[in-house]
Amino acid sequence: MIDELLIPLLKIVIVLNATLVAVTYMVLLERKVIAWAQSRLGPMRVGPYGVLQPIADAIKLMIKEDITPVRADRWVFTAAPIISMVPALIVYAVIPFGPTIHLFGRSVSLYITDINVGLLYIVSVASVGVYGIILAGYASNSKYPLLASLRASAQLISYEVAVTLTLVSVILMAGSLSMVEIVNAQYNQHVWFVFAQPMAFVIVLIGGLAETNRAPFDLPEAEQELTGGFHTEYSGMRFALFFLAEYANMIVVSSVVVTLFFAGWLPPFPNTPALHVLYYVPSWAWFLIKSFVFLYLFIWIRATLPRYRYDQLMNIGWKVLIPLAIVNLVITGIVKVALI
Amino acid sequence: MLLSASLFIIGVIGVMVRRNIIIIFMSIELILNAVNINLVAFSAQLGNQIGQVFAVFVIAVAAAEAAVGLGIILAFYRNKETINIDEMNLMRS
Amino acid sequence: MAQAIAFYVIAACILGFGVLVISTKDTVHSVLFLVLDFLFVAALYVLLGAQFLAAIQVLVYAGGIVVLYLFVVMLVNLKRPPEAHSDPHRRTKLGFGLAAAVLVELGAIAAYGYARPATAFAMPAAAAMPVSGNTEQVGWLLYTSYLIPFEIASMLLLVAMIGAIVLAKREL
Repeated sequence: MIDELLIPLLKIVIVLNATLVAVTYMVLLERKVIAWAQSRLGPMRVGPYGVLQPIADAIKLMIKEDITPVRADRWVFTAAPIISMVPALIVYAVIPFGPTIHLFGRSVSLYITDINVGLLYIVSVASVGVYGIILAGYASNSKYPLLASLRASAQLISYEVAVTLTLVSVILMAGSLSMVEIVNAQYNQHVWFVFAQPMAFVIVLIGGLAETNRAPFDLPEAEQELTGGFHTEYSGMRFALFFLAEYANMIVVSSVVVTLFFAGWLPPFPNTPALHVLYYVPSWAWFLIKSFVFLYLFIWIRATLPRYRYDQLMNIGWKVLIPLAIVNLVITGIVKVALI
Repeated sequence: MLLSASLFIIGVIGVMVRRNIIIIFMSIELILNAVNINLVAFSAQLGNQIGQVFAVFVIAVAAAEAAVGLGIILAFYRNKETINIDEMNLMRS
Repeated sequence: MAQAIAFYVIAACILGFGVLVISTKDTVHSVLFLVLDFLFVAALYVLLGAQFLAAIQVLVYAGGIVVLYLFVVMLVNLKRPPEAHSDPHRRTKLGFGLAAAVLVELGAIAAYGYARPATAFAMPAAAAMPVSGNTEQVGWLLYTSYLIPFEIASMLLLVAMIGAIVLAKREL
């Protein structure tokens, strides 16, 4: 009884809290990294080396006036940031931070749950996250946010197609939809999937950038475009929720990429006995290190590349990524059948 | 099965009574969902997966029909500026 | 026991949101209730053990088709409410009457089925499935016994895609 109910509850509490703290500090990390890329120092005043800056930001956003436009749809206006945030958080239910380990005398699995359609669950939850953006633009009851939100959602659903097609080829390699099984398959096949499917990795990386509205695909939310995009009319805590949702999405994408292509919690070269000393680093630490590398990569890309125009963006999504994804799928299928 | 029948009834009422053509389309989706629930319920009871396979096909057909139907609505709206189904009478004059 | 409670709660939500879908004046709210309806239907599928279908339902239906509906609703947002005047030709009472007739008919079938215990009819022996797990079973059936409907469905989707693109273009 305690095992079934209390332990998952504890895991949920830990993961949610860790995620929210991580998302808040992502703001600081991003500002620091972009600053260093531009030869300056970033936030330095609040706390030592600016470490308390996110807390100051949170306090500022919470005490700001909460404006609702006059003829906006109140229910939808309030619901839109929530709809944006919830899918980003519930994906964590299936991401494995580590295998089943022994803690305090019982075996605890380091993931909240392992459903046998795990990857499909992640993709479907991501497709529900589009609603937050559409409803935000609609509920603001003004022209520019509506247009910006329609553009943003068109971008999101286009790249969703390419990413889903690519994920099918990863499923072909692993033979199962469950996330834990995919990591185990990488262990059994002695190869990280990034080396077996480099094109898939590149497509998922680019698609993930576009899915989370990150640079260089961040046209929908850039300040210079369409007077601030779909969250123009939002202020205070709701605005904060949108941005936290975006950072949470970013962490989710990097976790998923790590699990699918870089063998989640396994150390590098997991099968060679000589390197067994690497197993002393706990599995969730490997997961966090690899995720952090990808988060750094995302921020690095934002600091470096200029923004794509909207038609270039849609061009890449439909005319480049989808054919590449299909070609990848065909090649994977042929190689898999030929190797049996 | 009672659930599926009642959802079907609700969908039929929606199709017959409302005039907004988009809501009519959504009621059709409700009807299709009711059918799907019925199929899945049978599949669960008989231990067979054939019902689920058929439900997958129904979802695919519903997607195709929604896409084409909404395209027709958009084309019509561009011409006639209305979505009230009682005013969509190009054949009468 | 818990399963029965869950079923009744989900069923009540599905029906409740269904009624709200067809009775709300505002189109956007109607679409949102439809999304909630679909999500509850997906929960029902999980309860009935069809996890693959539940994920597909959320992915395609709630995540794709209703987004399409939302787009069209926003592009067609009229100033005047679309139900401003009633058409004398419209026979609302006939609509309700037809719905009542369908209800009576379904009730008759249900009562008939209760009166005679359904004889356990023999299902055709399903092809031997070497793997377990819901997705694998559905996939096995899709690709072996029902391959031709699968191909036809993909052709249908291709035709629908081309048709939708052609319909939505401004100039041909």
